This record gives sequence, C-alpha cells and structure tokens, in this order.
Amino acid sequence: MSKTLFDKVWDTHVVKKIEGGPDVLFIDRHLIHEVTSPVAFLGLKTRGIKVLYPERTFATADHNTPTINQHLPVADPLSAKQLKALETNSNEYGISYWGLGHQKNGIVHVVGPEYGITQPGATIVCGDSHTSTHGAFGAIAFGIGTSEVEMVLSTQCIMQPKAKSMRINVTGKLGFGVTPKDVALFIISKLTTSGATGYFVEYAGEVFENMSMEGRMTVCNLSIEMGARGGMIAPDKTTFEYVKGREFTPKGEAWDKAMAYWLTLKTDADATFDKELTFDGSTIEPMITYGTNPGMGMGISNHIPDAEDVEGGVTTYEKSLKYMGFSEGDSIVGKPVDFVFVGSCTNGRIEDFRAFASLVKGRKKAANVTAWLVPGSHIVEAQIKEEGLLDIFIEAGFTLRQPGCSACLAMNDDKIPAGKYAVSTSNRNFEGRQGPGARTMLASPLVAAAAAVTGVVTDPRTLIHELELV
Amino acid sequence: MAYDNFNILKSTAVPLPIENVDTDQLIPARFLKATERVGFGDNLFRDWRYNADNTPKQDFVLNNPVYSGKILVGGKNFGSGSSREHAAWAVYDYGFRCVVSSFFADIFRNNCLNIGVLPVQVSPEFLEKIFAAVFADPKAELEINLPAQTITLLSTGEQESFEISPYKKDNMTNGFDDIDYLQNIKTEIQEFALHLPL
Repeated sequence: MSKTLFDKVWDTHVVKKIEGGPDVLFIDRHLIHEVTSPVAFLGLKTRGIKVLYPERTFATADHNTPTINQHLPVADPLSAKQLKALETNSNEYGISYWGLGHQKNGIVHVVGPEYGITQPGATIVCGDSHTSTHGAFGAIAFGIGTSEVEMVLSTQCIMQPKAKSMRINVTGKLGFGVTPKDVALFIISKLTTSGATGYFVEYAGEVFENMSMEGRMTVCNLSIEMGARGGMIAPDKTTFEYVKGREFTPKGEAWDKAMAYWLTLKTDADATFDKELTFDGSTIEPMITYGTNPGMGMGISNHIPDAEDVEGGVTTYEKSLKYMGFSEGDSIVGKPVDFVFVGSCTNGRIEDFRAFASLVKGRKKAANVTAWLVPGSHIVEAQIKEEGLLDIFIEAGFTLRQPGCSACLAMNDDKIPAGKYAVSTSNRNFEGRQGPGARTMLASPLVAAAAAVTGVVTDPRTLIHELELV
Repeated sequence: MAYDNFNILKSTAVPLPIENVDTDQLIPARFLKATERVGFGDNLFRDWRYNADNTPKQDFVLNNPVYSGKILVGGKNFGSGSSREHAAWAVYDYGFRCVVSSFFADIFRNNCLNIGVLPVQVSPEFLEKIFAAVFADPKAELEINLPAQTITLLSTGEQESFEISPYKKDNMTNGFDDIDYLQNIKTEIQEFALHLPL
C-alpha cells in the first residue's frame, strides 16, 4: 500500500495499537529542558520508577537562562531553583546534561540538530511545542505535555492517535527579500491558527527543495502555529550533507546502513493525503503580523484588514487590535518600533544573523530602538564571530547577547515593557508573550533589520539591492 | 489513581466567549518557574484577571461573583499555543473539571485528558446556545454525562453528544492515566526496541 513519509515513520514506531484508543508510539530521542521536566521527575519519584533508556534523553537549559553574564550565578531564585532541579535530576538518572556554562548549552531545538541528535526517520519529542522544528530532517517531531514527558522517561513511549495527513506544496521561486519565515507566516495567514489542527503536515515543492536546513527548520518550527501537531520535509542531499559528521550521527558502516534507510523516507508517488494545498511562492511578500496570534499576518505593503474581511468573531478581532493599539485600514509600514529581537528556536541560527547583518552593514541602529540579538547556541555565537558578523553589528551600534530563549517568551529578564512595540523574529505574538503588555509584530530577520535601522516598520526591499543579500 | 474520576458533572458554568484563547493567557510564562505542581490555579488567566498592581480587573468574568462553577465555556480554538501542561493544571487547580468549546487545540486537549479535565467539543450552534443561556441566567446548569457522552443544557433540555475515544473515556471514568498502562507493557516495549530499523 502506498504510504506518505509521515505514515512510514509513524508506522515503524508503533509498538501496539489499542482498539478504540491511541497508538503506543516508541520515541527515539527525547529532549528535555528546565521548565516542563521537574514535575515529570517528581512523578517518577512518587511512583518509584526509573528512566528506562537514559541514553535516549538529552537535557539543556534554555527557557529561564539569562543572556548576559552567564558566568555569574542566576539572580532570580525561582529560575535558579528550576535550573538546579534539571541538573540534579539529569545527574540522578544518568541523562546527558548541557547546563548553563556548558559548551553545548543552547536552545533545545537549535542544539539538537547541531549535534546530530536530530536524524531522518526518528521520532523526537520534547515538552515544548516548537519541537516540530526537527521535522525539517524528515523526523516525526512534536511537543508534548509534562505527563507525556514522564511517560517517555519511564517507558520511552507515548500514547497518541495517529494524526490526519496534509501536504502543503509551495511552487516556484521566492522573490527578493522573501525568507523561509515569510513563507511560514504566509501559510499560517492563509490557514489561520487552527487550520491544521489534527493534522501532521508534509511540506513539498520547489521552494522547500531549494531551502537550506536552517530555512526548513524555521518553516517546520512554525507548523504548530497553524495548529498542526508537526511538520516535516522529506530528507534529501541537503539534509544528508547537514547531518553527516556530527557528534551523534552514525559513522562508517553504520552511516551507510542509515543512508540506505533514509533514502526510502519519502512519500510514495501515488500516496494520498487527507488534505492537500498548493501555493505559488512567487506571490509571497515579506510578511509581518499586526494582531495577537500568528495567523494575523499580511504582506508588509498591505493595510490592516477590516473585521468583516477576516475569519472569526468581531469581538475577538477588535480586542486584538485594541491590545496592539492599531486600527482597521492602517498601513503597517511606518508604525513605530521600540524593540527588535533577533533569536529564538525560529530564527536564532547562523543564516538569520547573516541576513540581519547584510542589511545593517554600513548603517546605524536607530536611536529609539533597543535591539537584542540572541544566538541560539554557542556554535551560532562562534560562527557570528568567525564570519565577521559581530564586527558588522558593533560598527552599526548593536551588541550580541549569549544563547537562550530570551525575549521569545520572556521568562528571564529579557522582557519588552508594557505598551512598547517589538519587531520580533520569534514565533508568537500572543498578548503578553514577550512581557506583560508587550506588543509584538512577528517578522523575518530582514524585516527586523529594516526596523532596527529606521526605527519604524520598513519594507527591507526599499533599503537594499538584491545583490547585497547573502 | 492519578486524579479524581469523572462520571456525571452537573454544574453552573463560567462563560468566556473569546476565540483563540492561548496558553500564554491561561498561564503566562513567568509563572512556569515552579518545580512542583502547586499554585497554578491562582495564576489562571493572570493578565486578564489582574492589573499590573495585582488588583483584580472587575470586568473579567472570573472576578464577577455572579458566575461560578466547575465548567469553563470558551470560544473556538481554545488552548492554542504552547505545550505547557501548566495551562491544563491551572484550569484544574482553579476548580474546573470540564472545558466546553466548539474547537480545541491539539496539545491542550491531550494535556487535559491526561490530567483529568474533560474537554467537551460541541457544535458552534450549541456553543452559542450555552453562552446565551448562561448570560441570560448565570444559575443555568449544564450536565456533562461522560458514560453517555452527552452534554445537556438543563434549563431547556437541549442536548448534544460529544466524542471521546473508548480508551480515554475508560481512563477518565476510572481516574487512570497512560503511565499506568505503559508500565504494564514495559517488556513488550523493550522487545520492540530491539527491532528498530536504526
């Protein structure tokens, strides 16, 4: 029988099907961080059970960590206690622990791929909804709750019904200044934040085939923002080249065996999906959000739509615009910007900082803007320095912070103050997401760069010539 | 037993006719720093419930003494966003045992089922009827019958059935969780792990 990529990976991992219930799914790799794991470890202790396969779980601290002065003790006692709990639990159960100060420390969805923990055909879970990131490698990867973290620790399995399948094709070539983030925000704006709920998405078509691994990770990362359980892209030459030679990837004969298997991981030509959508990539503009969920996005040259032109209730829409301080019909270009955040598991990789650098090079940070540039990991941080991007940033009036989730969810001190506007490369513009009262506009690193040097929302295509882009 | 079992719940309801209620509203990230499951109910809807100086916002429904009960009724796409189970804990710890909506986000629904909060999905029309009934009379009661899989507006007798898998239904009515099940098939899991392709 013909199978989709999703079918192949899912079916391979089903330990058992329960009649009238979920599948018992075996999990190859489990990533944990300090926020969603402590109660799971408490559960293990209460029940008196051990971690079944500690070598399949990897711990990193990222959500709560400061992004300056990481060599000093963490000042917030609650954060410090939670970080300590991750260290103690990891050590007690024999789990690899990459805490603050460790060379491998960084955002869980950035370091996983960097060290080769993320591999094609694997099942990967983490108590974090942006685990969908790892689908970029042709893995089934999704976020789970703390009860499920406990299940994986204790039995390496979770129990979930198989999702419906959806394929999203984006054809053609992307225009100048249009990045993977724009592709994702475009798709979400078409589907809304609930348009893919209940589905696992496969991205296909020329646009994704031509995309780098970093770009594919950005797209798969945002799958959850349209409600999808996860998103994936069939592994190809780009994937194998990225994966090869990393610390946890197979070597020698094991590599050859893995490659033989990975080459089978694609949707059969005659396989069908529960839903299939196709978009023309050449019609996508640089995108920006104007409301309080990631589905409220539009091409940057557009005006904020009227309530009757958008799906959903008028009350909810009006509440959202009121929170943002925007009105129907407003142009988004020219709106004031107080903060710019470049980072997160969505856009905290080297390519994102290259894009940002290509626009701010030879320009100066606008005086009214506070900018936080936060690399996703120490590897990204080192690359920024090696490639001379840091010099460009400093020359333009920017500084670089240390790795962590930072202002994406503002659990640490990196909070956007109430009422202030931020252009952010992160993944959520929910009310208060970046700090109580903070107003977030989601966009690509290029749009963030254009805002950072002009101090207002600006179409990056008006500032640079195509050839200047890296 | 991981939580109190659920059979038939008869209660008044708290109406929240907002769509896309996300997990950052249910429990903002800055309240996720606990290492034990305590106190999350106090911070349910923190920023909609309280001003910056911690005084209650009088216009928010949880601060309106007229509305109370063990059932929270929310707009479409309830629980979107993060995987934080803390959002479901906050709902449970505040005192809700059931959330009714016309559509739920996937992970939130799963988390609810895992901790003993019953997500009841109704048609958009029935949701409107519930909102109208509760706004007209805050004492209007709903009956959630899990064994029969029905939700009834007791004032009018109007009823809909809702979906839940037989497995999850059995868990909820008995107060069991998935870990109990998985522990019992551990040998099977270990055998399976020996035959993975990689």
